[in-house]
Amino acid sequence: MLKPEALLHPTPAGLYCPPGDFHIDPVRPVARAVITHGHADHARAGHGHVAATPQTLDIMATRYGEAFAGAVRPLAYGETIARDGVEITLVPAGHVLGSAQVVVRWKGMTVVVSGDYKRRRDPTCPAFEPVPCDVFVTEATFGLPVFRHPDAADEVARLLKSLDQFPERTHLVGAYALGKAQRVIALLREAGHDRTIHVHGAMEGLNALYARHGVDLGPLASATEAQGDLAGEIVICPPSALGDRWSRRFADPVSAFCSGWMRVRARARQRGVELPLVISDHADWDELTDTLAELSPGEVWITHGREEALLRWCALRNQPARALALVGYEEEDED
Amino acid sequence: MRAFAHLLDRLAFTASRNAKLRLVRDFLRDTADPDRGWALAALTGTLSFSAAKPAAIRKAVEARMDPVLFGWSYDYVGDLAETVALVWPAQPGANREPELSEVVEALRTATRAEVQPLIERWLDALDPDGRWALLKLLTGGLRVGVSARLARQACADLGGVTVGEIEEVWHALAPPYEDLFAWLEGRSEAPSADNPGRFRPVMLAQPIDEAVDFARLDPAGYAAEWKWDGIRVQAVRERGEARLYTRTGDDISHTFPDVLAAMTFEGALDGELLVMRDGRVAPFGDLQQRLNRKTVDAKLLTAFPAAIRAYDLLLDGEEDLRALSFTERRKRLESFVLAANSPRIDLSPLQPFESWDALAALRAAPPEGDPRIAEGLMLKRLDSLYEAGRPKGPWFKWKRDPHLIDAVLMYAQRGHGRRSSFYSDFTFGVWREDANGDQALTPVGKAYFGFTDEELKQLDRFVRDNTIDRFGPVRSVTANRDFGLVLEVAFEGLQRSTRHKSGVAMRFPRISRIRWDKPAREADELATLERMLD
Ligand SMILES: [Zn+2]
Repeated sequence: MLKPEALLHPTPAGLYCPPGDFHIDPVRPVARAVITHGHADHARAGHGHVAATPQTLDIMATRYGEAFAGAVRPLAYGETIARDGVEITLVPAGHVLGSAQVVVRWKGMTVVVSGDYKRRRDPTCPAFEPVPCDVFVTEATFGLPVFRHPDAADEVARLLKSLDQFPERTHLVGAYALGKAQRVIALLREAGHDRTIHVHGAMEGLNALYARHGVDLGPLASATEAQGDLAGEIVICPPSALGDRWSRRFADPVSAFCSGWMRVRARARQRGVELPLVISDHADWDELTDTLAELSPGEVWITHGREEALLRWCALRNQPARALALVGYEEEDED
Repeated sequence: MRAFAHLLDRLAFTASRNAKLRLVRDFLRDTADPDRGWALAALTGTLSFSAAKPAAIRKAVEARMDPVLFGWSYDYVGDLAETVALVWPAQPGANREPELSEVVEALRTATRAEVQPLIERWLDALDPDGRWALLKLLTGGLRVGVSARLARQACADLGGVTVGEIEEVWHALAPPYEDLFAWLEGRSEAPSADNPGRFRPVMLAQPIDEAVDFARLDPAGYAAEWKWDGIRVQAVRERGEARLYTRTGDDISHTFPDVLAAMTFEGALDGELLVMRDGRVAPFGDLQQRLNRKTVDAKLLTAFPAAIRAYDLLLDGEEDLRALSFTERRKRLESFVLAANSPRIDLSPLQPFESWDALAALRAAPPEGDPRIAEGLMLKRLDSLYEAGRPKGPWFKWKRDPHLIDAVLMYAQRGHGRRSSFYSDFTFGVWREDANGDQALTPVGKAYFGFTDEELKQLDRFVRDNTIDRFGPVRSVTANRDFGLVLEVAFEGLQRSTRHKSGVAMRFPRISRIRWDKPAREADELATLERMLD
């Protein structure tokens, strides 16, 4: 009986596939890499060959410059390439624009490396597609039963209500520059907010990229170059800018922070935010466990995050599971 | 319940008083009767349950999920109600979200055995925010930083009336306050305030501006008296109903049975609650032993006997005196106190004076006795009527100059709202000899006001440029014998405190000057503070 470890196993550089000779989301420069999505800890510059979705390649080029890799191989969702008998297919992971699960097939065995994923609707990327498999490789960023994200539309409604209640104050919304920011803007548009949304300079390039890939974000403008103090307006910025001197130009800002970590009050208080918004691009506890229950794979491998509780959950259900304890993947929501 | 839960959630993260007022006002405007009334009762502390025992709730959640996973969750979150609210494994089926009024009604009629299943069904029906609100309500601690006074101010804002008008009727009202809202929304007359023993909103004084006010005020038109350092109270007894209120209308009768027993008069006194022994006023610290006590025992009553020093009379028998002048009320007060004839009720004496200069001299060097520990002086215009609120002109407070020390900035914390990008809460310390005989800083207080916006920017820059460590929103800054920022700190009083490492606690500390010029090693020593103890 073929062991899945023969197809894929952890190395210091990341998950490695010996028969296909490639890494998935390597944290060090390698000869051949398959990249699940454009977040910096998964998509690094300096590899020889990179295969990823066209959107992810575009994100990498925007962040690192056109010469981020020796050669690239755009791989559309559903398209399959084969190398030495190993087949690779990318299917949507529902995490951010271009995010993909890597489906690896070899000698009748299927391993799915899901990267980061969520099961919620996201207007900026296609939904996660479950793929039956022998091994499902999952993250566990929010792998604790306390993490139960509410409906993101409800959180955006709270933001809009606050804007209505405090029209003399700028609503300064901290959101991760890739994915979260655009999703929040798209959700605001869906909720009927059609005013110009001002954005921090650090996210302008990515917003333009999303627009090029057909995600309509509506009227946007630079917050840094805006005239006046933007009272009553929404300004989206990277979370690190919330307590920054940069934020002083605005009118008595209501600082909001979009993150799954905001679910826990002590964390929100620690950040000193006035309006915590529980919006995450990662699966919450229910999404993680529902996905494992739905796929019921031969084995579950957990890459990073809070694997302890998820392992416990698997053990209680007699679901074989192990922690890979991969290093180098930060909790991007942390920022 | 959802709207109430969202309100609590928002309040818990909002620091600004004005923002809180708006949140509560909007909630009261947008929520229907009777839910808003029950919510108001919960916010003002009128409604409290101890229906749910935390242990029973924990047992219920552990019956539904793996106790190990629950344990890890609790370790991570650190608060039982919040953990349960988040992890609660809802059983499908029930489940329409209960309204706040349904919860209140059900708990009123439920037997002890029925309570637990009721709570579990509600938890099934609610989302995590709703569950948190429910559990906080049931375990008796909302702790969202809203005082009863603030909630009443929000009612006043809703109806476009003054908080005094709300306070005047408050004690005749009961939850869910439908008559109050009908009045505030212009659908009916003001509710009747006729409720024996009710609170009357108090008249407050403005701080005097020495530079401006004395030049335009005629000393002959004012009475002066000492400003006692206790708490302002209103002692009412009407048709046998005796009550003791704080100046915001909170009923503290049960905490002061000794004072209540002395209230054999019919009327309403305005005065200072003090600890007094043989007619002499004890320091504020003694009174503090009596405040916020759930139970009072005989030992406490003997050790810290409370009394009232009266300075105004609002009601004499059934006669309302508030429309009379201060001079007339004062005359009535003097005979009233004489007639009451109780060792626990005495008269705050008037302090005669010739000129503002003469009064200033008295304030600087108060005569032997109680005035030595007074907070300063009160000035009351002789023709002033008793007006609720803080009218400009008739009454002034003229506090004694504060104590000053030079301390060294040790930690800074980011502020909230408008100040969220500034380090604006400053912990400062003074020198003390440590175990090795070296001079080390010991924190003695925390201040977050007293400086101008420009000074705040300078302080913020200093903190950012001199950070040596950070933990959460707090930074510690370089502070040693050779380098540190000296702050001149003003405060009103100093008491011994076992809760503070330094052993002292300041009242109303604020930063009065930034001493960029002063070397850190020349800041004050703890011994200097200890000599200032009240
Ligand atoms: Zn990611």
